[in-house]
Amino acid sequence: MDGKRRAILKSGGGATLLGLLTAAGWLKPGDASAQTWNKAAFDTHSLADTMKALGGGDPAQSKDIVFFQTPEIAENGAVVPIGITSNIPKTESIAILIEKNPNLLAAVFDIPAGTDATISTRVKMAQSSNVYALVRADGKYYVAAKDIKVTLGGCGG
Amino acid sequence: MADPMKIRASAAGDSTEVKVLMSHEMETGQRKDAQGQTIPAWFIQNVVVTWNGRTVLSAQWGTAVAKNPFLSFKFKGGAKGDKIAITWTDNRGDKRTDEALIA
Repeated sequence: MDGKRRAILKSGGGATLLGLLTAAGWLKPGDASAQTWNKAAFDTHSLADTMKALGGGDPAQSKDIVFFQTPEIAENGAVVPIGITSNIPKTESIAILIEKNPNLLAAVFDIPAGTDATISTRVKMAQSSNVYALVRADGKYYVAAKDIKVTLGGCGG
Repeated sequence: MADPMKIRASAAGDSTEVKVLMSHEMETGQRKDAQGQTIPAWFIQNVVVTWNGRTVLSAQWGTAVAKNPFLSFKFKGGAKGDKIAITWTDNRGDKRTDEALIA
């Protein structure tokens, strides 16, 4: 009986504190959704799963996605430059997937209207692997791949 | 608090090119230290770039983005003196915002 009362008090107190924080503006209800991170997609370990988690289960191969400033052979897997341009109209997002990394998904870039569908960054690669650029354009998915050889892996100690 | 980002934004013609170098370990959670203990993952998860308050690029990153991440992209518009603000948030909840003016 006593324990139960305590539990009720505890949960009641918790709810009030949360309410106070919300009221005081410390915790805005929209905060969590404003900064989303697609945990489900980043936790996947196979190409099919990752593409599915991103919403593009069966993307079409596209020659309109171009890799630039991306090496054929990367000497250091810890720093591999990747540049991707999508020439597909209405490109909405570009994702970088590295097939043989422990987690395939490296990054997702959301491209608002007015921003060029070109991004350039650097990634880590555990070993030689295909790198995929998955592009969402006008609600449809497209993919292009590039094989990059890695001489020294980027995930070892 | 992490070190400041290096941001370079330059207007050329009708568009602006933004280049940014962030200072972050980007620990994968795969590596082990000398004692054989796994080093916990510590990496930037979200990046948002705004131009005069309008979002021009947002990104979600995983552990495979290289240490001290580099990012470059272009957007239409932007004039000398406009403000570019970049914010990242990592998986520990740390946050950093840096601003630069378009040159």
